[in-house]
Amino acid sequence: MIQGIPLEHFLIVSTIMFFIGVCGFIIRRNLITMLMAIELILNSVNINFVVFNRYLYPDQLQGQFFSLFIVGIAAAEASVAIALIINIYRKLQNIEVENVNEMKY
Amino acid sequence: MFYLFSGIILICSLLTITTRRILRAAVYLLCVLLATAGLYFMLNYQFMAAVQLTLYAGGIVVLIIFSILLTHHISHRFKHPDLTKLVMGISAAAIGSGLVIATILSHKFVPGTAPELPVNMTEIGNQLLSTGKNGYVLPFELISILLLAAMIAAIVVAKKEKNKNSEI
Repeated sequence: MIQGIPLEHFLIVSTIMFFIGVCGFIIRRNLITMLMAIELILNSVNINFVVFNRYLYPDQLQGQFFSLFIVGIAAAEASVAIALIINIYRKLQNIEVENVNEMKY
Repeated sequence: MFYLFSGIILICSLLTITTRRILRAAVYLLCVLLATAGLYFMLNYQFMAAVQLTLYAGGIVVLIIFSILLTHHISHRFKHPDLTKLVMGISAAAIGSGLVIATILSHKFVPGTAPELPVNMTEIGNQLLSTGKNGYVLPFELISILLLAAMIAAIVVAKKEKNKNSEI
């Protein structure tokens, strides 16, 4: 539709990106890299919202607003997560997930 | 153009999770976010692309790079992940993406025929702050409270304790 690109191609790209994020979340054992995988996941969801808005409901703006709010939530989440990571590093001197079991009861 | 952007997105997001140096992972993440902003420009959503560039590529990546520099040695390399985790992760990703792509391809999307709304700043501002139909003032206020709470929480959590006796 837009420059002859069908909707499905956008969706396939964002799906593959989402599952790359899931895979990275599973195989990596470092807190910052897991945070990056979460950013990948949120970003792929954003692409979905915007593309559905453009192709299916071009007379409204819902998808754009939802992705705006997701970007805001991602910013809040990243700031809190990085504060936690720095605090953990101060206590344990590294940020591997296996070592963060001091809170276990 | 679309295929160039999506190629950049896919290759760089793969490299983000496979590279062994964490700073390079952050730079590849930056490439993914920039290519996503390019996709938004292609779809004619200039405001969304600008938000993506400033908030994601400008804010979050800088925050991540700062925290990497605070918590890692610059030449630090990861060990390879163990085999079971690798197999589990790749099989979960392959099965999930296969299912979702099959569902997408089997569903028939009906493109909207309504006339296209010109997306300018006035329209966005009016809809963001109106309380009537197509108004988004409630999530707007909620996210402002959430950002305030996140800011205070980040300061409180990352603050260095003065002495052990004082309660926060």
